[in-house]
Formats: sequence, C-alpha cells, structure tokens
Amino acid sequence: MKKIWITAGVACALTLAGCGGGEKPAAKSDAGATPAASAAATPDMDNGATITGKVTFDGTPPAMKTLDMSAVPACTAAHKTPAKSEELIVGADKGVKNAFVWIKSGLPADKTWAIPTTAVTITQEGCMYSPHVLGIMAGQNLDIKNADPTNHNIHPIPQVNEAFNQSQPPGAPDFDHQFPREEVLVPVKCNIHPWMRAYIGVVSHPFYAVTGDDGSYTIKGLPPGTYTIEVIHEHWLDKPQDQQITVGAKDSKTQDFTLKG
Amino acid sequence: MCTLALVTAGGLVTSNDAALAVPDWPLNWGRLVPPLEGGIRFEFAHRALALVTAVLTAILALKTRRMRRLAWWAVAAVVAQALVGGALVKLIDPKSLAIVHASLAEICFGLTVAIAAGYVTGLRPQASGAFSSRLAVATLFAQSVSGAAVRHGAIGIVPHIVGAVIATGAAMWASLAVLVRHLEDGRMPRPALALLGFTALQVFSGIAAYSVRAAAIHDPQPMPLTVWTTVAHVVLGALLLGAAIWLAIAED
Repeated sequence: MKKIWITAGVACALTLAGCGGGEKPAAKSDAGATPAASAAATPDMDNGATITGKVTFDGTPPAMKTLDMSAVPACTAAHKTPAKSEELIVGADKGVKNAFVWIKSGLPADKTWAIPTTAVTITQEGCMYSPHVLGIMAGQNLDIKNADPTNHNIHPIPQVNEAFNQSQPPGAPDFDHQFPREEVLVPVKCNIHPWMRAYIGVVSHPFYAVTGDDGSYTIKGLPPGTYTIEVIHEHWLDKPQDQQITVGAKDSKTQDFTLKG
Repeated sequence: MCTLALVTAGGLVTSNDAALAVPDWPLNWGRLVPPLEGGIRFEFAHRALALVTAVLTAILALKTRRMRRLAWWAVAAVVAQALVGGALVKLIDPKSLAIVHASLAEICFGLTVAIAAGYVTGLRPQASGAFSSRLAVATLFAQSVSGAAVRHGAIGIVPHIVGAVIATGAAMWASLAVLVRHLEDGRMPRPALALLGFTALQVFSGIAAYSVRAAAIHDPQPMPLTVWTTVAHVVLGALLLGAAIWLAIAED
C-alpha cells in the first residue's frame, strides 16, 4: 500500500515538473543544423543551367475519392461541390500534379545557399491545405494561416526534424515555423479533420520544384555539374525515382519522369 | 463496464487519427470542455471516460474490504495510464509511449476483471491456477502488446499473426482443459465457453480488420468500416484477455 502511494507520488511529481502547455513553441531556428548565411550563394539566373520536364502517369489513374466532411458542417459549407482527395491528380494529358522534384545530390558539399527572407505560406482553407505540396529551404520561415471559421491543429510528422502540434482557432494569428534540417517529404495532418493532408519538401538549397496542373516543372540557376535529380510523390512515397543529369553553364535540359500506376 | 468503454474510446481515438486533436493536457483547448467537432469529440470523450473510470476505481478501492490490495493496484494503474496519456500529448505521440498506453489499458481492464471475478466467484484472485490458464493470460496479453505495436507502426503484421496462432492455441488449451475437467460442474463451463467463443470471434475479427485496412490503404481518411472493424478487434482482444483472467481465477 505504501509503495503504491510512493510510486503515484513520484509519478505526479515528475508530471508536474514537465507541465507547462501541451504545444511545442514555434521553433525559430536551429543554428546547429542551418549553416551560417555569411558565405551563402544564390542561384545564378544569368549563367546557371535550367532543367525542365514533365511528370506523367502511365496507366489508368484511379478515381479520387470524395472527402467526407460531414463531421464538421463548417467544412462541408465551404465547398459548393464535395471536395475530392488530392492524393493523385492526373490531368487529361496524363500530367501528374503535386510531384516534388529536387536536386538530391551533386551540389558542392562546401557550398551553402542563401535562405530566402520571404516566408512560404500554407493556408488552411475549406478544411484543406493550400498548397497541397510545397517546397521550402531548411531554415526558411513557413507561415501557417487559418482562414477557416473552424478550429485546426497543424501537426507535421517529420522523421529528422522536430515534430510539433499547434492548435489554431478561427481568427488566430498566423504563426511561423522553420524546419532546420533537410527532409523530403514531411507529411502534415490535422487531427481534427483526418482527411487534411499536405506534404512539405524541406531542402538545403533552392533547386526544387512542385509540378503544376500539367505535370511540368522548372529548376533554374543550377551550377554546372552532374546531379541526381529525384521525383517523389505521395502516392508512391516509398518509390522515389532518381535520374542522373549533367548540365553546363547556361544549358537548358529536359528531364521527364513517368510514374506507373 | 466503464473500463471496457474506455478501451473502446481509446480505440476510436487511434482509428480516427484523433490522438492529438486536443493539443494540450490536462486542459482541453485551454478549457474544461473543448469545442466538440471532428476528432476533438473522440479525444475528449476518451479523457472524460478516463476521469469517470479513475473516480469509480478510487471509490472501489475505498469501499472494498476483501480485495483492497488489488483495487489500489487498479487505482495506481489508472493514474499511471492518465499520466502516460498526458505525456503522449506533451511529447507529440511517440510510438513507444503509444504502445505503453495501449498495453497499460489492457492491464487496467484486466485488474478490474480480476476484481469483478473475485466478487462473483467469492474467490480471492491469486497468481496461481493451472499452467494452461496462466499461459493463456500471458500469451493474450503479449498479443495485445504486439497488436498495439502493429497499430502504431512499430512492427509489421507477421509477428502479430504468429502471436495470434500461439495465443489462439493457448486460449483453446486453457478452455478445453477446463471444459473436460469440469463437465459436471455447472460453475466452470461458462467462463471456458466464453474464452472459446471470444477466441473464435477474435480470429475472424482480426482477418476482417486486416482485410478492410489493406483494401482501404488509399482512402483519404478513416472510413467507418475501417474504424469499426479495427475497434471491434481491439475490444474483443480486451474481452478475450478478461475471459482468460476470469477463467484463471474461477478455476481456483
């Protein structure tokens, strides 16, 4: 009996010592993971190479399922027609939207890249994330907005970066977060609205792109060299595709990818 | 009953991916009662039931005379479970702690079943009894832990299936051994029959839950069929463990 009370008391004391708010504060920066900006380079738009391409789908794309937002009337009301899953959007010309394309390796290891001072914005609107897939540099500000008349919690699930779970009531101010470490892709979800999904590609340099409606992408200002370029898409998270590409100064090359159903 | 309802509520939280819909603890969105929408409903219901269970368990411990020691262990388990739940929220739901939380839930339920069995049978629950009964309890608890590990993505399905074969065998051995030994005794067959019945149901519910989940892999959100087949499997697992504990006590 005495042992039970002692154990319970120790457990309570430990818990009280750890009390102080359930949400991790927005991380501003991690100096240890993000290199100093003093010698940081920027993409050379005049002399750098450009890689363009298209990500297409091979096969018959599956029909995207309609989202069931009935549990939250404010979400249903935000859509004139029921919203559909954005997991795999394939256009009429088989272009795959929201594929993340990035230079995975080949950049000089001793070179650091300037982190843009402008933030990348992700908005919770209509109980969906906009954009659905985005790219950001490690250490760059991610501005998170709630444009809905309902509560959200933004919950990224990184493997390398520190996780957080932040509540955002309607009308709450935007909040900023930075991912200090490269990680492709970081899934983001809302535990209140389980259909909400976004993916963030956190990259240590500025050479990345997200394909548009037609599946096309462009990466500009790349220094001359031989690179591994990778495409990754949420429908095939465990099957990214890599290609080798060599570019010279002012080169313009094409690198297409085909994703199989 | 309350503890079983709490296990069910916990299953609904996980299956609806609502574990962090309330990002703070012990308050709920900074209040006693949060806005009840979406996943918040499941998480808050779970917390409210946890509070009711804790209070009822404490009342039981204060009132009981015959099984006071066991009742206070149940109180300690419920309090520990609440603290682990709070830690899950504050540490952003690490897998290992989620598995501890699910496993401790089974222990909480098992303790309340043991107390109930002690009252109904008039026997004092002991850690004795036939080896087959104790083996059934141990393997079924291990299987619930492996099930939690599968649920939270720590292991694949194969170890859980292997465990299911072992646990099914142990449960059948325990129940059949009792049935054969006590065919003439009106008191014995019911717990043994319950164990056999729950075992059969659990095997089929496991197959159903896995099949539905595999088919729903590209669903954009947890759909009712996926949720309820999985929760049924979790609840039946608890009932199965409870039946094994009851049988082990009643056999004394």
